[in-house]
Amino acid sequence: MIPPANPEIGQQPHPMVPALEVKNLVKHYPGVKALDGVDLVVRQNEVLGLAGENGAGKSTLLKALVGLVRPDSGEIWVRGEKVRLRSVVEAANHGIGMVFQEQSLVPNLTAAENIVLGSEGAGVRGGVYRWETMRKLAQEQLDKIGSDINPLARTDTLSFADRQMVEIAKVLRIEQRSQHPPVIILDEPTSVLESKEIETLFTQVRRLREFASVVFVSHRLDEVLDVCDRVSVLRGGQSVGEVATAGAAPADLHRMMIGSTGSDDHYHDQAYERSAEPLRPMLSIRGLSGKTFRDVDLEVAAGEIVGIVGVHGSGREDVCRALFGAEPTLAGEVTLDGKRLDLSSTRAAVAAGIGYVPAERKIEGMVGPMSVADNMTLTKQQSRCAGPIVMPKRQSSLVDRWIERLSIRTPHRGTQIQRLSGGNQQKVVLARWLVAGDIRLLLLDHPTRGLDIGARSEVYRLMRELADSGVATVLLADSLEEAIGMSDRIVVMSDGKATKHVPCPSGDKPTPLDLVKEMV
Amino acid sequence: MTSPAEDVDVAAARPQPRRGVSLRDSGPPLALVVIFVAFSALSSDFRSIGNVQNIMDTAAVLAVVTCGITFVLMMGSIDLSAPGVMGAAAIAVALLVANNRNGNELGVIGILLAILLAAALGCVSGLALVLLKVPSFMTTLGVSAVGLGLATLMFNGVQPNITDGTLASWPVERLLGLSYLTWIAFACVLVGYLIQRYTRLGRYAFAIGGAEEVLALSGVKVAPYKVAVFTLAGAFYGLAGVMVTSQLSAGLVQAGKGYDFAAITAAVVGGTLLTGGRGGILHSAVGVLIVMVLTNGLVQVGVSPYWQGGVQGLIVVAAVAAAVLPQRRRNQVTK
Repeated sequence: MIPPANPEIGQQPHPMVPALEVKNLVKHYPGVKALDGVDLVVRQNEVLGLAGENGAGKSTLLKALVGLVRPDSGEIWVRGEKVRLRSVVEAANHGIGMVFQEQSLVPNLTAAENIVLGSEGAGVRGGVYRWETMRKLAQEQLDKIGSDINPLARTDTLSFADRQMVEIAKVLRIEQRSQHPPVIILDEPTSVLESKEIETLFTQVRRLREFASVVFVSHRLDEVLDVCDRVSVLRGGQSVGEVATAGAAPADLHRMMIGSTGSDDHYHDQAYERSAEPLRPMLSIRGLSGKTFRDVDLEVAAGEIVGIVGVHGSGREDVCRALFGAEPTLAGEVTLDGKRLDLSSTRAAVAAGIGYVPAERKIEGMVGPMSVADNMTLTKQQSRCAGPIVMPKRQSSLVDRWIERLSIRTPHRGTQIQRLSGGNQQKVVLARWLVAGDIRLLLLDHPTRGLDIGARSEVYRLMRELADSGVATVLLADSLEEAIGMSDRIVVMSDGKATKHVPCPSGDKPTPLDLVKEMV
Repeated sequence: MTSPAEDVDVAAARPQPRRGVSLRDSGPPLALVVIFVAFSALSSDFRSIGNVQNIMDTAAVLAVVTCGITFVLMMGSIDLSAPGVMGAAAIAVALLVANNRNGNELGVIGILLAILLAAALGCVSGLALVLLKVPSFMTTLGVSAVGLGLATLMFNGVQPNITDGTLASWPVERLLGLSYLTWIAFACVLVGYLIQRYTRLGRYAFAIGGAEEVLALSGVKVAPYKVAVFTLAGAFYGLAGVMVTSQLSAGLVQAGKGYDFAAITAAVVGGTLLTGGRGGILHSAVGVLIVMVLTNGLVQVGVSPYWQGGVQGLIVVAAVAAAVLPQRRRNQVTK
């Protein structure tokens, strides 16, 4: 009898074998468990949705699937074969490709060059470009998705939606590397598309399903349900289940994404008594407009924490930056403690008693190689100086006092801040606004991003203390429960407008679902 | 879902496509025409045929150096090695062709060997950049010093004067009114343009300046291309060094003095950004002409040569400011 040829070669795998399977994937970062035993199955010719809140581990999982992150343990199987993915190229050789959230095209090359980049094949002979062949190769890819983009147009002359089509055409080039049907990962592809473009994209996704498997990630749950066959939900780095989209509602998904909130007083809500007397207004915004937001009204009283919630692109971050003078405004009036606020520079904001904790702590929040002490006194130089001269004793006693008060765990005030854990770094960043003792308004842009539960809790306690001392706080929370747990009042922003004010008093909190309805 | 009326806000938040010919691309040629017309109106000496030939001839060496440096700048790197590399090539060629120091009479082969030496020095810059991860600013400064050192060793206290016929004819023989040196410069611009437009090396150099990390994500190893670009630049500097030797009929260690910054100036004035990814050989050629027309014109209208260094400096700063104007934003970090 003639032995059968290797069944792997040249044959379609059995239709029941998953196109991609992830088993018990684990990835630790210092202080955080990004992936804590994730399982995932992507079947052939299906669109699988991936849902989860910020920090649920979605992006780490996607990066592991295209070889950008090496998991600590766990297995990845492609069509019944265990694989190790150490680079984007290896992932591509196994037929896995990703359309990145931040578009990854070279802006100053033509669309054709971007599509074939790194696998030019017949488009380049002996180092010399054959533009006509290159154009044809690119055209083939664009034809697959039925796009009529001119392949020889410079990428930065294309519209955003067209660039995304170029990315999809580029990802489909992996078909040339692997004989199998590809697995295409789309990371938040709709976040900056207009509604008409989203429809076009969905048409593309359904077309892709005919010859590929698709993993679709979006914050907008209605979209996920619309375009996907099945949705896998991640929470806290773990798979918490999956939903068949037929007949499912966004609420069902959202319930799985947030799970049951902890029963203990994680947000220190009960520990601090709000005074019953009417609150003194501190911040008042009337008709504030900027490039990405319009006509925003907002009031924050002294001692009040107001959360702003909204999906990606709602403009809430820009409102926050505008209040700190870091983003230009077009119209509107802002008063702080009765005085008109100058929004023209961050310097004016600091002088008026505004503190800002930026979302990108490592980039915008701190100077990594500088000491804890220098970071703490960075903004309020007068707190450590006599005139232009730094007084080391004044600085060290001040800094030591705050290290103790906020229980910042650092070997020494002279330790480089980048050697501290994320939570302690964030406390130093917060302390920066406290050392001078004249803070009136705190703008917190994702203050707990990347922190573990314990560190989060400490930041929450600190926020409560500050509010108690009369500081007005604007919070852009990392998750909806955080916003609900911490805020006295919540403002929902959608498409650049403050659409809804939701009271959020202790003991009578809205549910995340109440807010989701307003956000989308 | 958003209604159509609200889509405007979403659209405002994302990168806008560039439409048509930008001011950055059309600005420098326009400036060249304006400057030329202005000087022509001011001075009858300036607009004479002889003076235009003169401008072209004096621009030749700078044009060749700028061709080389443009590839490096397109990648977003910088190259300060021109003075040393040119010096080494200038002395080397003087000692390899017929000269008064030794019996060598290699002719064209001597010229090629000198260019090869220069390319090797450029290669060293590139290798140091990708292997030792030393920024190109420092590696090329070091390689320039090495080149000057090599040149000084070869110079050995006695100036080599050339007697080679081919080399001697470059600055004096004319074709259609322009010296051979100028035609060599034209050839370099053409070759440079072809490399930039039609070779993987040129396109990747452009792409590295545009978004290096995207190349890596697409599975392209960029290191070999970086080394190749510095090698190519070195070859251009070598040819420029040979051209200086032909002009002086002698090999001088200082043959390339000042050409590094003059070439960067010309490239930037022509619209090649120091951050990489924009501009190119043709832009740089226009930049060279702007610088040379300006230098010549200022003399022709009677401005003291003592002023010229300062005036050129101001032009560079103004050109760069104009180039980055559309991208300025609040709280921008500039180093």
